[in-house]
Amino acid sequence: MECQECHKRPATIHLTQVIHGKKMQINVCEECAKLKGYFTYPEEAYTLHNLLTGLFNFDSPKMESGTNNTPIQHRNDLQCPTCELTFSQFKRSGKFGCATCYDAFSSQLDPILRRVHSGNTKHAGKIPKRKGGNLHLKKQMEDYRNQLKTLIEEEAFEQAAKVRDQIKALDAQIREEEAGDDK
Amino acid sequence: MTLKDFMNEAISPWMRENGPDSDIVLSSRIRLARNFADAVFPTVATEEELEEIKAFFKSSYDQQSFDDYQDLEFISIQDLSTIERRVLVEKHLISPLLAKNTQAGATLISSNEQVSVMVNEEDHIRIQLYYPGLQLAKALKKAFAFDDWLETKVNYAFDETKGYLTSCPTNVGTGMRASVMMHLPALALTKQLNRMIPAINQLGLVVRGIYGEGSEALGNLFQISNQITLGKSEEDIISDLQGVVQQLIEHERHARERLMQQSPTKLADRIYRSLGVLEYSRIMESKEAANCLSDVRLGIDLDMIKNISCTILHELMVLTQPGFLQHYAQKALTANERDVLRATLIRERLQLEK
Repeated sequence: MECQECHKRPATIHLTQVIHGKKMQINVCEECAKLKGYFTYPEEAYTLHNLLTGLFNFDSPKMESGTNNTPIQHRNDLQCPTCELTFSQFKRSGKFGCATCYDAFSSQLDPILRRVHSGNTKHAGKIPKRKGGNLHLKKQMEDYRNQLKTLIEEEAFEQAAKVRDQIKALDAQIREEEAGDDK
Repeated sequence: MTLKDFMNEAISPWMRENGPDSDIVLSSRIRLARNFADAVFPTVATEEELEEIKAFFKSSYDQQSFDDYQDLEFISIQDLSTIERRVLVEKHLISPLLAKNTQAGATLISSNEQVSVMVNEEDHIRIQLYYPGLQLAKALKKAFAFDDWLETKVNYAFDETKGYLTSCPTNVGTGMRASVMMHLPALALTKQLNRMIPAINQLGLVVRGIYGEGSEALGNLFQISNQITLGKSEEDIISDLQGVVQQLIEHERHARERLMQQSPTKLADRIYRSLGVLEYSRIMESKEAANCLSDVRLGIDLDMIKNISCTILHELMVLTQPGFLQHYAQKALTANERDVLRATLIRERLQLEK
């Protein structure tokens, strides 16, 4: 079947249009369908980036369908004090401008992070040596406490006593470091 | 440049070593994204700000050594020709994005090319570390040590709850992307892989082609990597990935056995035809080359082809990329010229094996 518009290319799109109860069959090629506006095609292929920035607009379906400069966008737009990136700019680009952005947009951030990271919002991995301060020790403490709990549940009291001693030692170390910081 | 020298350039020294499961897993990679705490990210930084970071890297790390990595070399992207930049991308030492970022981009590469640092890509720092075969845990340990070493001179952007802060929210937390490059010809041939990909995705892992996001799976080479970087420790992410990769290895081996049992002649025909095409063609497109190389590598793994080294797939896949061909020719080439040179190079390379 040839395209009913250009009569050159084969018709690859077949539409049934119902206007005022009257049925009409349309057989066109992709090009003519685009020209006639039967479909709106995205500019380029849908990339992962589109998908992401799409996800960021979770809270404002109205903004998408409304006119370009909706007042909603400006009313409570957050701005990063360090790099001056606004939250709506971030939503468009999908990229932060600096470390402070995470603080500046923190009220809006968790839903986004949850979407991207399967519901997670808290880091559970490596801690930098320098900036971490006594975070390392605190994480170690948490690990010990979990160990202790399991050991007690398993009634492995001898081992539990050892872990308890380790906790005591670590606790002293943390106190000492914190006291040192205050000076 | 002789063909031998040139080939030595195409294959990074670390690739010559064999790793565990290297009949199916070509390499394991760990990438860590890091940023300076007190500088805006490259996505919004001015040229001066980026220059400062570049200069800091040059003065702090150029010609330094860490552990097994001797003589880290600092390379400014703007000092490279377009072809040289492409060559680094094709060797997976830098990303296409960094290659485009000529003004401020730089890289730090160890002499064995096992570790490289991209400076001023999307993040200030991106550490990349490779191991041959399936060695994720070893690669992670090494990457952590290297990260600690870099950190002695840098204050990283880090938040107690959000982890390492990155310019894209998809990397925040560990900033880690672990990936494994696999050769899966039997799963692809028997069309089983397409059915497995959705299940793999459900586990928070992604399957991609050899040259990253959106690239085609040339030569039946697939990259499996983690998508999630927040809420799980690096060790957990890696053990999830390792688990899936091990299953894929088993399925691939099983599929190979079944092909050998059910249609040995058909399989042998395919493999030897591809070898013939590689040995005698005069014009070869990259897709055809990749498919034939994949078949030949399968033939080597199945002991059908005996006197060709197994690095040939990886080696010639890299060697016959457009950037490398032009590097060899020492000039820009049209697509047709490249197809002719590609066929010539492959023929000559196979001659060397005899």
